[in-house]
Amino acid sequence: MSLRIERRLTQPRWLSVAVPLGSLVVAFVLIAVVLLATGHNPVTTYRDMFEAAFTAPGALTQTLIGATPLLFTGLAAAAAFRMNLFNIGGEGQLYFGAIGSSAAGLLLVGQSTTVLIAAMIAAGMAAGAAWALIPGFLRAYLSTNEIITSLMLNYVAGLILTYLIFDSHSYWRDTTSASAAVFPVGKALPDAANWPTLGSGVVVPFGLIVGVAAAALLWVLYSRTRFGFEVQVMSDSPRAARYSGMRTRRKILAVMALSGALAGLGGASQVGDFLHTLDADPKGLRAYGYGYTGIVVAALARYNPFAVVLVAVLLGGLQNAGSALQGPDFPSGLVGVMSGMILFTTLGGELLIRYRVRLQRRQREAVAPASEGGR
Amino acid sequence: MEPTAESQAVAPARTGASPAIACRGITKRFPGVVANDAVDFEAAEGEVHALLGENGAGKSTLSNIFTGLYRADEGELEVHGRPVSFVSPRDGIAAGIGMVHQHFRLVEPFTVAENVMLGDQSDVGRSFRLHPRAIEDRVAELGERYGMAVDPRARIWQLSVGEQQRVEILKALYREARILILDEPTAVLTPQEAAALFQTLRAMAADGRTVIFISHKLHEVKAVSDRVTVLRDGRSVATVDTAASTLRSLAELMVGRELQTYNRREGRREVGELRFEVDGITAAGDRGVSAVHDVSLRVHAGEILGIAGVAGNGQRELAEAVTGLRPLQFGAIRVGGVTVHPGDPRSAIQAGIAHVPEDRLHTGVAPSLSISSNVVLKSYRSDENSAGPFLRFHRIRDWAVELIRRYDVKAPGPGASARQLSGGNLQKVVLAREFSGTPKVLVIAAPTRGLDVGAIETVHEHLRDAAASGVAILLISEDLDELMTLSDRIAVMYEGRIVGEVDAATAAVAEIGLMMAGGGGS
Repeated sequence: MSLRIERRLTQPRWLSVAVPLGSLVVAFVLIAVVLLATGHNPVTTYRDMFEAAFTAPGALTQTLIGATPLLFTGLAAAAAFRMNLFNIGGEGQLYFGAIGSSAAGLLLVGQSTTVLIAAMIAAGMAAGAAWALIPGFLRAYLSTNEIITSLMLNYVAGLILTYLIFDSHSYWRDTTSASAAVFPVGKALPDAANWPTLGSGVVVPFGLIVGVAAAALLWVLYSRTRFGFEVQVMSDSPRAARYSGMRTRRKILAVMALSGALAGLGGASQVGDFLHTLDADPKGLRAYGYGYTGIVVAALARYNPFAVVLVAVLLGGLQNAGSALQGPDFPSGLVGVMSGMILFTTLGGELLIRYRVRLQRRQREAVAPASEGGR
Repeated sequence: MEPTAESQAVAPARTGASPAIACRGITKRFPGVVANDAVDFEAAEGEVHALLGENGAGKSTLSNIFTGLYRADEGELEVHGRPVSFVSPRDGIAAGIGMVHQHFRLVEPFTVAENVMLGDQSDVGRSFRLHPRAIEDRVAELGERYGMAVDPRARIWQLSVGEQQRVEILKALYREARILILDEPTAVLTPQEAAALFQTLRAMAADGRTVIFISHKLHEVKAVSDRVTVLRDGRSVATVDTAASTLRSLAELMVGRELQTYNRREGRREVGELRFEVDGITAAGDRGVSAVHDVSLRVHAGEILGIAGVAGNGQRELAEAVTGLRPLQFGAIRVGGVTVHPGDPRSAIQAGIAHVPEDRLHTGVAPSLSISSNVVLKSYRSDENSAGPFLRFHRIRDWAVELIRRYDVKAPGPGASARQLSGGNLQKVVLAREFSGTPKVLVIAAPTRGLDVGAIETVHEHLRDAAASGVAILLISEDLDELMTLSDRIAVMYEGRIVGEVDAATAAVAEIGLMMAGGGGS
């Protein structure tokens, strides 16, 4: 008997729903094994987690707060990955979004909240897009691998953030208040620059609403427009795209800018919704790796913008539950194991969507060599 | 009628001893095709033996059987008089057979000696400690002996293509190959490098080794070999003494299938005004050296100009250059007197140049996308297919359904992916799209490769109709039957140049075959 893996010619629609759900079930079974092995009762742990993430008082609010940045970085990754453009630089683009939007907030002191929010969103997106265009240009004109360049620029962006607050008297740094003399911090944005929240029982950050709107727009762009069509062709066969007269370089630049703008919007939302200053603290904005988790979100969502919303809330909940349960007998590493396991099974499940696995009896004759191109 | 050469006896080897390598009745089938059909072959020690044949004649398959990469379905193989049965390339190496592939198998960041060392099964190679010095010395010595010096410590990426090929040969010699097979070794070489290679091959033969030289270039075969075995359509047609044969007789053996059955076009086509001008274009190939050299062509409205040539002589690059996919170094392209912006596919499309590429599945269509998407690949920007930034999906779908009906495409529906279609139906989709753009010029390459008889007839019918409606067609094909059937004139391409042009109605096939193999007088 031998295992054969064959490419599926057609991918039935139900598979793209059933396989991720099945993967999640498998993940939870595997995690249960880990929990048992570490002396936890899986059933009660899962119940506690669900409560801590969604049903306990204030839990859903915390989950949504955690989901907000993941939604943006997830959309950013999905937008680029759809065209096989592997922008790993969501992290740095998010920092740049924070830098841009906080500058806008600080500059426009005295303006109304509406003007401030609009300006912060625009500035955040522009800064994120600009930072993403560096690897974009390198890829389009010099065929540099964007995975490497965008990844390395994350560290550069982190250092720039440090420089602005810790190593210079930049526009962003607070040099007047008493506490700033003890430890360097960013200037506080005017109160009018605080983004509103919605709801009373469950508090929904304004950024989350913006993110859901962005997801909807992204879906329209990618599945209804000429731009989306070009992206589809480019991702399937760059040669066919060029053959059809599409401007392939421009498309690379546009998609990188779009991806960077979405991550930058995430940075703006962090500043406007939660931080209200440019945060360069290594234990602050930079500690969570939103940009990297966004890649996981996008992968789990199979690059579908609406699924990104769901997955962001799910992973936000998992993080939230993790930090709520964390204690002497529940190490934080266990939460990492959980999200790792979910990623692992989902990516494994991807194989079942694209390929068919077949058991078959081994043929008696030696199998013809794989390459027959020589004939 | 059988061509005269068929009856020719197998020329005896010059040396009397048992042949270094011999095979009888080798048959190898791949799904849907018989690559080798009862092939007989033998090469003696101390001889350079050429294996001549067109693309697809079965040369590579046969050599892969010799090296143990493939297993023959039927037939016997003998090395130095002993029957052998190879199950892996390692057995071939152990039996003293070395192969130099067309595409080198070298590790670029490694040095010459390190590459030679890779996979070495001798005591030196298998020992835990590396002995780079010993290998370097041996490589230098071998290089000197056969006049192909390379610095054993140089890294592969620093070497020219010709030097890299020497490394491949040295690798085989280091492993004590008595029989060396070279697959189209001159394809990547400059004429000077090729001349040097021939000297090396002669030196190795003089040393008692056997060299099997695979080629489809007649003058090279003539220049370097002692004997020639000609393969055609998977069968061994004849083995002849090189000295006793001429370029013409070899060309006849190589292409000379039932020459009389060519179904020539009846009567002349009415041709219109000069529509498509290719004016002295030169374009670089993928490796940077020019693949298309000073090519000029003129095609009138309603005319089919065929481009004949053995694959790899610049036809693909020519098609890409005239359709904007490949930038021009020199020259110009004009449609109806208006110059097309070079190196820009969109400009070519707007000028009315339709293109059916050789690589249908990855260039001609986006394989995973639907038929609907693929039929509007070039027209999705038009007003019919889009409204502002949005695509009109219903229109596009209806259009796809219409084209599927009109071109009789066998498909589950307009939503089926292009990948699901058979070769013939895929080609119909591409043709449907290209013709629906009402082209002025059609550039079409290998239009029927891999198609079944019925589909071939359909494609030919579409091409005739297009010509009748006034399209200027540039037909690039390796299939002489096809060119003779469809074209008005045939230009022959060899090593990036047009080496001759004939009138299809009166041309002698042997003449075309000779020019295709580089033996043309013009």
